[in-house]
Amino acid sequence: MNGRLFSVIGGACVLAVFAASAARRPAGAEQAGATITGKVKFTGVRPTNPRIDMSEEAACKAKYPTPPTAETVVVNANGTLANVFVYVKAGLPAGAAYPAPTTPVVLDQNGCRYHPHVLGIMVGQNLEILNSDPVLHNIKAKAVKNRPFNVSQPSAGMKTMRTFAVPEVMVALECNVHGWMNAFLGVLPHPFFAVTGTDGSFSIKGLPPGTYTIEAWHEKYGAQTATVTVAGAAPKTQDFTFAAR
Amino acid sequence: MTSVAHAAPAHGGAQHAPMSFWRKYIFSTDHKIIGIQFLFVSLFFLLLGGLLAMQIRWQLGFPGQPLPGGGILPESMTSGGVILPEYYIQLVTMHGTFMVFFAIMPLLMGVYANFLIPLKIGTHDMAFPRLNMWSFWLAFTAGLIMLAGFFVPDGAARAGWTMYAPLSARPDLSGATYGQILWCISIVVLGLSSVLGSVNYITTVINHRAPGMTWFRMPLSVWALFITAILAVLALPVLQGAAIMLLFDQTIGTHFFDPIAGGQALLWQHLFWFFGHPEVYILILPAMGMVSDIIANGSRKPIFGYHSMVFAIVGIAFLGWIVWGHHMFMSGMNPTLGSTFMVSTLLISVPSAIKVFNWMGTMWRGNLRFTVPMLNAVGFVSMFTIGGLSGVFMAATPVDMHIHDTQFIVAHLHYVLFGGSLFALFAAIPYWYPKMFGRMMSEAIGKWHFWLTFVTYNLVFFPMHILGMNGEMRRLYDPTQYDFLRGLQPLRVFISIAAFALFASQLLFVFNFLWSLKRGKKAEQNPWQDNGLEWSLPSPAPHGNWDRPPNVYRGPYEFSAPEAGNADFLPQHVKLATDKEPAGSLPR
Amino acid sequence: MHWWLPTAASTFAGPIDGLFLAILIITGIALVIVEVGLLWFSVKYRARPGRKAFYTHGSTRAEVIWTSIPAVTVVALGIVSNHYWVQIKGRDSVPPNAYGIGVHVKQFEWQITYPGPDGKLGTGDDFTLRNQLHVPVNQPIVVHLTSEDVIHSFFIPQFRIKQDAVPGLTINAWFQATKTGEYEIGCAELCGMGHYKMRARVFVHTPEEFTAWVAQQAAGGTQ
Repeated sequence: MNGRLFSVIGGACVLAVFAASAARRPAGAEQAGATITGKVKFTGVRPTNPRIDMSEEAACKAKYPTPPTAETVVVNANGTLANVFVYVKAGLPAGAAYPAPTTPVVLDQNGCRYHPHVLGIMVGQNLEILNSDPVLHNIKAKAVKNRPFNVSQPSAGMKTMRTFAVPEVMVALECNVHGWMNAFLGVLPHPFFAVTGTDGSFSIKGLPPGTYTIEAWHEKYGAQTATVTVAGAAPKTQDFTFAAR
Repeated sequence: MTSVAHAAPAHGGAQHAPMSFWRKYIFSTDHKIIGIQFLFVSLFFLLLGGLLAMQIRWQLGFPGQPLPGGGILPESMTSGGVILPEYYIQLVTMHGTFMVFFAIMPLLMGVYANFLIPLKIGTHDMAFPRLNMWSFWLAFTAGLIMLAGFFVPDGAARAGWTMYAPLSARPDLSGATYGQILWCISIVVLGLSSVLGSVNYITTVINHRAPGMTWFRMPLSVWALFITAILAVLALPVLQGAAIMLLFDQTIGTHFFDPIAGGQALLWQHLFWFFGHPEVYILILPAMGMVSDIIANGSRKPIFGYHSMVFAIVGIAFLGWIVWGHHMFMSGMNPTLGSTFMVSTLLISVPSAIKVFNWMGTMWRGNLRFTVPMLNAVGFVSMFTIGGLSGVFMAATPVDMHIHDTQFIVAHLHYVLFGGSLFALFAAIPYWYPKMFGRMMSEAIGKWHFWLTFVTYNLVFFPMHILGMNGEMRRLYDPTQYDFLRGLQPLRVFISIAAFALFASQLLFVFNFLWSLKRGKKAEQNPWQDNGLEWSLPSPAPHGNWDRPPNVYRGPYEFSAPEAGNADFLPQHVKLATDKEPAGSLPR
Repeated sequence: MHWWLPTAASTFAGPIDGLFLAILIITGIALVIVEVGLLWFSVKYRARPGRKAFYTHGSTRAEVIWTSIPAVTVVALGIVSNHYWVQIKGRDSVPPNAYGIGVHVKQFEWQITYPGPDGKLGTGDDFTLRNQLHVPVNQPIVVHLTSEDVIHSFFIPQFRIKQDAVPGLTINAWFQATKTGEYEIGCAELCGMGHYKMRARVFVHTPEEFTAWVAQQAAGGTQ
């Protein structure tokens, strides 16, 4: 095609890209916006988690004064449930885009356990898998929507980076050499997620006004959803309760 | 070129308009050029296989240490230069694959079946020269496809060269995706190359022998290549079929080999080894044949027991079809089959023993000339004997229970494939080099190469029997994980250092081969004073070989025959006063 | 440095080691004949000026001798080997009083299920351990081998026992330990990147120790 037509079309394309990106600019910084907080409570008889026998991996066993227990159900002293992944399942403005942070999320293998046990990451964000044990671990990511991977780290200090291209809740991670090791990773296209800790509480900040579906996911007790409407900057509370089974 | 009795053409047996460089050397249909093409490409893959082995030995000798130069390898293979477990199993898989399929098999068949058969039976070229050209280019393409496995996402195939399913059929369990697919495709293409080549070799030997070249006047090298071609044409298609089934399991959702949906894991093993056992005879018979020619020549005596040698080749080839289950004694197949396969496996040692004694019989009371080919040929007999005898241990099923899938097997297979086939190639390459290139390889360098190789080779592979007896399993990234193996690390270090020395010694051979192409002593017509028909041609042999195929008056091993007079050899094509013209001979 | 077969700790070791030694002697004799022969001929018959080779095409008598001696030897070897093979792996080889243990193999661990105090697998008091095989000495044990994913191989060198674990099949492998102590299981079939890490410990107890251990495990478990 002739030079002039090319410049006109090219210029129009460039303008169109600018216009589109302007429309897709994030709806403000995360510091502004509403907050949803809450606690995940646990009712019923607290289950006993089995002890993990690490005799076959002396280097890991040595890191514990008494044998650790499995982390399947971790009930805190105040009757709340830890390791619950709470996130915004629906309700964000259509077309909203949230760039992934450049800092990685770190998953550490220490004492033949994954730290943390449940974690969240954004699409495109780096997961930095670190081996702090002087033994071989392999990290098998049993992703279904994302590309699964299985990589090994034979010695301490090794770091492997991986990213996830599409949202997926949850990706199971396991080590095939140490069968008790597992972790769960939630991949989301936005930063609105949290994991309950030792006090069973979560806090999701920076939400624009709207009606949201919030989901609380636990590896044994499944998922529960709730609808929360936020307006302006006023915080809203939403608790969840999981019962022993 | 369909029959001997046709009007002889004017020049060198083939009429062509002058050919471009491409038609003459690249897309050639001349069996000798094709043989040389196979030689260069296969030597490259032999070196590549050796480099993979060096990395394996580094990891076993110095586990957890960064590989020298390992920094150039990507993060998926090494971390800070340290070989990762997933790369280690790619190394052992691809070392075996390249050595078996792209080095030894093409060096024996692609090179020597092509180069020697028409020359030694007295014809212009193969029965189907264009098909022959295709055979080379298919093999070359298959090699590139296999090599690509290292460069695709998730890396190369890694379930061992034996590729057992369901590990090989399930990318989620092996970690290999495209690499595994490429392995299957490469094998199918290579299989086609082998089948096309073999069809040529078989047809040419049956139909194109010169007048007087009866079956029992053919050199043992030709017998061996002929029988091997029959094995190949029957066995490779089985592997191709299995590889296609495996490819389907990986790509289109079939489950031939995966019990997850009704498949059978053992089916792969039966198919693979039904091919695999004849394959190992494909890898040794041509070597035995060429060694027979070279030992008879080096001893200046007829081969001892020529007819027994032919029957032994046929016996090995035949029995080779009914021993495959000896690779599967521990597989979970019916133990009664274990008994039957044990019997056939023990029996197949007998024809091999016959051959060894006949080679010794040939040397007995000979007049032994220890040229480089003869040194390597005798080295072959010596090493193949160790390899064959170690096989008896694993044939005895109760003993196999202990040594199956240990380093004892690795020692055995390297004694027969390296100590056997490769030493035979170290004999054959300098032997027929003058006929290929018109020059001699250096005897001095060749002798250094032989002795350094012979010594370092035994230092590498003999101790592996000890590791195997101790129970050291195969394909282990780090044997020191086990109490019962940790104490053997000094032996592993010793083996690795010897292996580095062995590899370094091969550089002498590479240098000799390449340097002699241009700087080797110009070769006379019959530098070894041999009887074969090829030595009646100039060095190098011209396109089309003879204007007119020669007549044959005797067998190939008439060394020191009384009729020879003062000479201690009597070529097959030389007519003595007492000889009659053979049937079908052309007017001279 | 250990230069020979591992410590013999099961009833199989006697026959297997004996057969190994017999084969070593037979092949050793053959090896010496060939290697010494080659060396002797290489020296004695090397080319010297004025020498001529002896022109012969062979000897039928020699062929008969060196065909029949190997043939008879290997047939004898086969008969002896098969006798032990049937005892060790035959379809009816598992002793009727063998103590059953379930071994479910997966990438990359051995999940070992014990029948518990009632001695029967498949009942409520069974318990499963990871990578630990406990057995009583002088008692036939039968391991019911299953695989979760790919082919693995159950191998205890000191017991001279090896059996592939194949997905889709349940294979019974039996043995009888003769010495108390601690041994190891190694995986003897390439099963993926963690193949080298598939180590399990084997504990051979006295019968009293074993019963006590079973009771203790059934009472308070570990994962």
